[in-house]
Amino acid sequence: MKTYQCVVCGWIYDEAKGCPEEGLAPGTRWEDIPDDWNCPSCGVGKGDFEMVAV
Amino acid sequence: MSAPIVILGTGLAAYTLAREWRKLDSSSPLLLVTRDGGGFYAKPTLSNALANNKTPAQLQIKSVEQMAAELKAEIRTHCAVTGIDAQRRQIILANDDRLAYDRLVIACGADPFRPPMEGDGAGEVQSINDLDDYSRFHAGLENAKSVAVIGAGLIGCEFANDLATRQINTSLIDPAPWPLSRLLPEAAGEQFTAGLQATGIKFCLGTSVKGVHKTAAGYRLELADGRQLSADRILSAIGLRPRTALAQAAGIARQRGIVANRLLETSIPGIYAMGDCAEIAGLILPYVLPIMHQARALARTLAGTPTTLGYPAMPVVVKTPACPTVVCPPAPGTEGTWQCLSVTGGLEARFLGQAGDLLGFALLGSTTVQSKALAAQIPALLA
Repeated sequence: MKTYQCVVCGWIYDEAKGCPEEGLAPGTRWEDIPDDWNCPSCGVGKGDFEMVAV
Repeated sequence: MSAPIVILGTGLAAYTLAREWRKLDSSSPLLLVTRDGGGFYAKPTLSNALANNKTPAQLQIKSVEQMAAELKAEIRTHCAVTGIDAQRRQIILANDDRLAYDRLVIACGADPFRPPMEGDGAGEVQSINDLDDYSRFHAGLENAKSVAVIGAGLIGCEFANDLATRQINTSLIDPAPWPLSRLLPEAAGEQFTAGLQATGIKFCLGTSVKGVHKTAAGYRLELADGRQLSADRILSAIGLRPRTALAQAAGIARQRGIVANRLLETSIPGIYAMGDCAEIAGLILPYVLPIMHQARALARTLAGTPTTLGYPAMPVVVKTPACPTVVCPPAPGTEGTWQCLSVTGGLEARFLGQAGDLLGFALLGSTTVQSKALAAQIPALLA
């Protein structure tokens, strides 16, 4: 399981925890999130996220 | 060569605009001018850096050199702009150099508002509005056991919660009767208070700081209600004041912020304003999501497609793990009433209009999962 961070606002997506508010169950892999999904905190697209070392 | 688009600032607003504009125009020249070092960091990460075990140096995501390369831009650092000559389309630097612009974007941010306080320690009260401020504050924490935070708004509460995770004795002082008083109704404010108190944060509500006096160990705060408080460090977080002096001197209209229309254009054609310094369509919204919408609209306008700014309902996540909170305040001046519903592990507060329509909300604890669903029901802030 990996962790990703939004480069604009610092919001963190942890695959293990998922993001139930966004309809992403715990364990949802980054690559399985739709490409049109946006950062829930600042609205940037998936392409603006970066993988952060765990 | 034609004159560049010039952006004043390298904060979140400036860099986000540059990034969005570069997606639409990969070759026209771009110049950014900044007072600081120009490194890129995500400002919201300042107020939860301790909990995330990040040093100030680790918060910088990209160096100014990386940003210049990625954006194909020239970035002038540690460079103060002293004037704008709108007639000649030039900015004036401290050494009287003049730089031409094709279009100018003012994204120079805001200054922390400082209340008048008495005492020989008043000048040592810190505030945090950028990574440099945070670095100084962080360095002073090394041997600090207690911190007093003035202002229990969004930023004050986030920093207090972050300090408490480091077992630092933290006090929050605010004249309002409960924290986040402009965002939460009373019942929600009480539950939020209880959540933060459970981490050891002490609240001094309904009062303000009258004076700050130096002591052998740190500072003694004298509160307006007569109480006294001691602290090793003091952080002030009571709000921001848009930086408008440069625009005003250039003859650009300002109210509380630099006035801009929904194309983000100021009263002088070809000069735009965005971010924390700007008052766009009467609104000053110093949050990340509004800046994203501004950057996208302005990037399109600058690239040749005039684009009117729109805002959907924009919930704000309060980064207080002691009481996870999402707020979506009603538009300024909206009539209505709060209805609060306590549930297991949380509270849901809905702001309802006269017809029972949902116009805003505050979600605490377990109810924060509904944020997206509720936001979709709220009318757009700028349709």
